[in-house]
Amino acid sequence: MSTATAPVSSSDSKKTLRNAVIRFAGNSQDGIQSIGGFLARLAGRTAQEVMTYMTIPSTISGGPSIFQVHLGSGEVLTAGDEADVLVAFYQHSYDSHFTALRQGGICLYDSGEVKEIKHEKGVFHIGIPFTAATVEAIGGSAKDRGKNMFVLGLIVSVFNLDKEKLVGIISRQFGKKDESVLRNALLAFDAGYAYQIGDIEKFALAPGEADSGHRISTDGNQMLSLGLLAAGVRYGAAYPITPWSSIMETLRSELPKYGGIFVQAEDELAAVSMAIGEAFAGHLAMTGSSGPGLSLKMEALGYASMAELPLIVVNVQRGGPSTGLPTSVEQSDLMQAIYGSHGDTPRFVLAPKDVEDCFYIALEAGRIARKYSSPVIILSDQALSSRIEAFEEPDLDKHWVEPTLDQTPRDAEWKPYRLDKTTQHAPPGTKMAGGKYPHISGLEHDEWGHPSGNAKMHQQMTNKRRQKLLDAAAEFAAPEVHGDATGDALIIAWGSAWGPAKEACDRLRSEGHKVSAANIRHLHPLPNKLDGVLAGFKNVVCVEMNDFGAYGHGQLAMLLRAKYADPKIKSVCKTDGLAFRVREIVTGVEKHLAAGQA
Amino acid sequence: MSTAVATPEAPAAAAAPVVEKLTKKALTADHPTWCPGCGDFAVLAMFYRVLEKLNIPQEKIVVVAGIGCSSRFPYFMNTHSLHFIHGRALPLATGVSLSRPDVHVFVFGGDGDGFSIGGNHLNHAARKNIKLTYIIMDNFVYGLTKNQTSPTTPIGRKSKTDPTGAIDRPINPMKQLLASGATFIARTHAAQVKHMEEIFTRAIQHDGFSVVECLSECVMFYPGAFDDSWPKKGGVWETIDETQHDVTDDVAAFKLADNLAPGKFGVYYQVDRPTKNALEQKWIDDTQAKLGGTSQKDLLKKRFEAMR
Repeated sequence: MSTATAPVSSSDSKKTLRNAVIRFAGNSQDGIQSIGGFLARLAGRTAQEVMTYMTIPSTISGGPSIFQVHLGSGEVLTAGDEADVLVAFYQHSYDSHFTALRQGGICLYDSGEVKEIKHEKGVFHIGIPFTAATVEAIGGSAKDRGKNMFVLGLIVSVFNLDKEKLVGIISRQFGKKDESVLRNALLAFDAGYAYQIGDIEKFALAPGEADSGHRISTDGNQMLSLGLLAAGVRYGAAYPITPWSSIMETLRSELPKYGGIFVQAEDELAAVSMAIGEAFAGHLAMTGSSGPGLSLKMEALGYASMAELPLIVVNVQRGGPSTGLPTSVEQSDLMQAIYGSHGDTPRFVLAPKDVEDCFYIALEAGRIARKYSSPVIILSDQALSSRIEAFEEPDLDKHWVEPTLDQTPRDAEWKPYRLDKTTQHAPPGTKMAGGKYPHISGLEHDEWGHPSGNAKMHQQMTNKRRQKLLDAAAEFAAPEVHGDATGDALIIAWGSAWGPAKEACDRLRSEGHKVSAANIRHLHPLPNKLDGVLAGFKNVVCVEMNDFGAYGHGQLAMLLRAKYADPKIKSVCKTDGLAFRVREIVTGVEKHLAAGQA
Repeated sequence: MSTAVATPEAPAAAAAPVVEKLTKKALTADHPTWCPGCGDFAVLAMFYRVLEKLNIPQEKIVVVAGIGCSSRFPYFMNTHSLHFIHGRALPLATGVSLSRPDVHVFVFGGDGDGFSIGGNHLNHAARKNIKLTYIIMDNFVYGLTKNQTSPTTPIGRKSKTDPTGAIDRPINPMKQLLASGATFIARTHAAQVKHMEEIFTRAIQHDGFSVVECLSECVMFYPGAFDDSWPKKGGVWETIDETQHDVTDDVAAFKLADNLAPGKFGVYYQVDRPTKNALEQKWIDDTQAKLGGTSQKDLLKKRFEAMR
């Protein structure tokens, strides 16, 4: 983001910025996430764009942790490659994150903790006794508590942010708690705000350009949870696992208000089985997990394809394989999501492109699950799960789906697995006019659900189940293309890789390259309309956070190569557990472009 | 949930109290695939009879099973039924039971499905006291896969996986269920029709997680397994005298289960404890009472407003 800090105007003593990237580095118990959270919310309320990024240790009692906030008055697509400001709470935070600071950036550090500073890159260092000043402000035995609020006050002062609005947000957040909590928070905040930093240039963010409608700011797991509620999900079951858990926590607490139940199951196998039971009972049900949990659910997910039951399955991907990197981001579960069960198990796979889209992808998953009576997997990822973005509040009058339970008596012609129709089950409680009741079966079956080993029947039922994918591929919208419809390269990205991919596309275009970018939300089946999109480009570069494996291509690139048998499809892959930096994508695409010309 | 959801037949039933009599004929579906002489036939016949007697509306009966010979049960029932994967019938049935308080959920399965691959689920369905009835047709052997040792196979019994005789200690179903927290635990025998009828009836009428171990002979791979409790074959049939055994006393029940070869038959344990179904419903009711009738859509709108 080094270009972004160029001043727009210098009419007064403050430099006006279009973007600012601030990185807070400390330990997870210092409350640096809440500093970031407050700034993100403020950005949302001042029509600015925001994106956050955090790393959390997977240990319980804390450890080094960062929270990065990217505030911008225009579109913000990534959490920022480089920080303009680094706030270091400890020596180890300083040492680890100094490199993330841009040339000529500002470092605010706790002078009680950080003793050795580097004189490099023209960084402007300001030592402030965060801890001592906070203790002085709050008094008593406050110790470390509250220093996050002190730092928040400092930042508001340095960037000349809307103090009044922020105090409102803080008051609402802490107002629910003990009165002294809010008082101490505001004392620390005011002390930070009033702290005389001395000889430093202060900044001001340009006014936000986002639509002035109601804007909200939250993370991907929250939006996914609320999207499921809006989609009509009232029943579900799951087992705790990082980074999925906060979705089940939200649904467990929220569903009673909506008359529903979310069950904490004894294990992943039970969780998916309970959700399938709820689906069989006639509801739009869901389960979810992260990597290892999805592996455990695979047998039952195959059953849901075979028995043709509607089910939403959320997989918040994390670093694999095995236990892997529980708190890091990766997109290496795509193949498993599509093909992970034994046998031919047609099912749908979707991926949200950003935090806002987590809401809409849940609606789309609900629509597909109902329409095709099939399992639908939503592939979110760790980056989307925890980062905060600000965006337009969804219009519930437009999107709300009322849950239904269709127990209308079925006539004598009705059968659960008719070969000439997409299955729509009759749940328990439904009277069968013909007197014959349906069997739901994981054995290959005839139209009534009776076991059948008949060769012809197996082929016909396989065709019937596959047909759902073919119908959906024809129905799905063309992927969104950013840029021109033709050119030298089309960057394709899915999930959280979309933000940096889009920004990389802009950067390449500004350098004169004929490059566009497309996001794919429907990963399986791929929309038929994708054919026309790819046809306009000499190269197609898939940007994915997974390994290029034995054949040199990432997982989506492998699928595209299988579908199109076209060597113009290439990969930019990485698995370092971190979100893509824009320059990593730029470099990767440039390499492919150069190779193409050679 | 039941309020938000259309239940078209409910008001109609109230207006016209015509109760159809449930018959064995209506309940009968495919002819069972079991071997001639299999104990499971008697269990199926008895289940038809008990359902007829209790006259549960046919469309409200749900039969679920996992994998195994006995787990083919759903195909032989002309009711809403589901044949699931190995060992997971209980969690699936839990999903049905919790989300549909208006239906009656029955689970059938064998000793491998229930005590081995599905063992963990048995413990948790029991402690949560899920409202359903689970009948374990225990034959002490894996029959569908043709004679391997099961978790209830006695020590010394030869099978294809224990050619010199089983060496692993079998589980004691009664003790395991007591420790798990099941609220109705009973034991019966497929050859004792009257006893089976009484136990099935009581199990179905119990408001909670009711589980019955029903010894059911595999004539193909373990013939004679239960002769020791079958008077016709020279065995001793001994039932639990409930004037002597307090069924609410778990310690007494545990002692009673000390020797199950052949042991006693009847109700080992039965207590009233709130079901998870009731506890979840209470949470829903208490939560909704505080909301003052706000519509569900408005609830979510308010939630978004708080995020501005």
